[in-house]
Amino acid sequence: MADASQVDALYQEIILDHYKQKHGSGLRDPFESEVHHVNPTCGDEVTLRVHLDGGTVSDVSYDAVGCSISQASASVLNDLVVGKPVDDAFATLDAFQALMQGKGEVEPDEDVLEDGIAFAGVAQFPARVKCALLSWMAFKDATSQALTTQEDA
Amino acid sequence: MPGRGAGPWAAEDAAYDVEAVRKDFPILERTLAGDHPLVYLDSANTSHKPRQVVEAIEQHYLQHNANVARAMHQLGAEASEAFELGRTKVAGFIGAPRREEVVFTKNASEALNLVARVLGDAGTVREGDEVVISEMEHHSNIVPWQLLTERTGATLRWFGVTDEGRLDLDDLDTLVTERTKVVSLTWVSNMLGTINPVERVIARAHEVGALVVIDGSQAVPQIPVDVSTLGADFVAFTGHKMVGPTGIGVLWGRYDLLASLPPFLGGGEMIETVTMERSTFAAPPHRFEAGTPPIAQSVGLGAAVDYLTTLGMENVAAHEQAITAYALERLQEVDGLTVVGPKEAVQRGGAISFTLDDVHPHDVAQLLDSRGVAVRAGHHCAKPAHQRFGVQSTTRASFYLYTTEAEVDALVDAIRHTQHYFGGR
Repeated sequence: MADASQVDALYQEIILDHYKQKHGSGLRDPFESEVHHVNPTCGDEVTLRVHLDGGTVSDVSYDAVGCSISQASASVLNDLVVGKPVDDAFATLDAFQALMQGKGEVEPDEDVLEDGIAFAGVAQFPARVKCALLSWMAFKDATSQALTTQEDA
Repeated sequence: MPGRGAGPWAAEDAAYDVEAVRKDFPILERTLAGDHPLVYLDSANTSHKPRQVVEAIEQHYLQHNANVARAMHQLGAEASEAFELGRTKVAGFIGAPRREEVVFTKNASEALNLVARVLGDAGTVREGDEVVISEMEHHSNIVPWQLLTERTGATLRWFGVTDEGRLDLDDLDTLVTERTKVVSLTWVSNMLGTINPVERVIARAHEVGALVVIDGSQAVPQIPVDVSTLGADFVAFTGHKMVGPTGIGVLWGRYDLLASLPPFLGGGEMIETVTMERSTFAAPPHRFEAGTPPIAQSVGLGAAVDYLTTLGMENVAAHEQAITAYALERLQEVDGLTVVGPKEAVQRGGAISFTLDDVHPHDVAQLLDSRGVAVRAGHHCAKPAHQRFGVQSTTRASFYLYTTEAEVDALVDAIRHTQHYFGGR
């Protein structure tokens, strides 16, 4: 199903750059919630912490083990959501998820997804979509938990 | 092509004509995207099916289809006979003393769950007892025993694995003791490729009165098996890894043992009589086969064991050994590649897991796929075995009776391409 050009579309230069030089990698304090997500089919894992400052995502720190797609995706996530209002971060998440699950038929909006548009090629590889979404789903989970904690406090 | 037809690794010698074998597997003629011929190195996951197996299943559905044992018409009789003939063939293939010792399940996982469940229900495993497995098991031979020991209050213990990837039997006598009620062990590791000295473990287990379950999922497809001399009490395996169809697995068990055990699932076909208050149960194997069984799959599995018997399991095993030796030699020529498991083709099956420096197995598999080379990447349902070697996942190439040295060469070329792709950009 995949020839050389599709593989080149999958492994965009931007993805390999993020893979080699991950942005925001490592677990940091302070944080309101920490989650651990795994991809049960392949064993990729991420531990991810979210620190909220009011309605803003103040930090997303993570420790991830996995393939280039899942690692680069965590790096791009960090770029796109840190410093943003939670609502904006969730809108970006929705856009990224729509791109990943769009079977290659969704046109990415570079203004919203920035480096994230490099993942458009992943949508052609159903087995890799979970890799790309692993840290994003962890972020969604952790942020929801942090918001609940805030409301309870 | 290095090694072809010469030297100790001559896989393609006169005794075994791999090119003739390949003609029975039309799928191997496929070319994939980018015009690459398929190089299928994922047979430990599932094997391909020869024309003979597919045609037997087709003939069954097109000419003899009916439910078994309960249809009082001619087709019903034909289907019942065909279904039971599959059992007879499987029994013959593994040397079972009685055909009634072959229980059909949906796969090897179900076969192992069946044993674990009924041994608990029968009270064979109770609080304070011990069950022994190993660190190199497939999850299918770990989780059912975890469930059993949690349910009964028994303790789960396990053999370790040596640095070389062999079963560590140093503590055999302290691990398998009078407290041990069951030892369940894989014959051939699906991840490390190791062939375990099961006879030694069986001997010790029987010394202390424990039952032995052998996970033969990777063994039965590639080495000659004779359960009448093996000494095990149960052997589980699956049809789809031995050129048979999916949807059928086998639990072989000693008849007297099967006859002493309670049913697994309840339903049609497994009863003797049913009243609203209670039921009595059929004799083995039907006691353990509730509901409509895998009928066409039994026909297909029968054709599969006929196919393997015609090739000769000694020849299949010799080919597997030769191709594995060749692959181990070629793979270890690659800088930055580490084989996880025995590095020599001694007591070793045809699955080779490896890591590649600085390239994650997913990415390796993806690049190999773009060259038509199909391998598996991940933990291969053996997370503890990966943990033992400090790796989260590996890439696994696995070989079977249709694998050629040229395919191994294509694998090595594609690995070098992968290294260049991720290193050179």
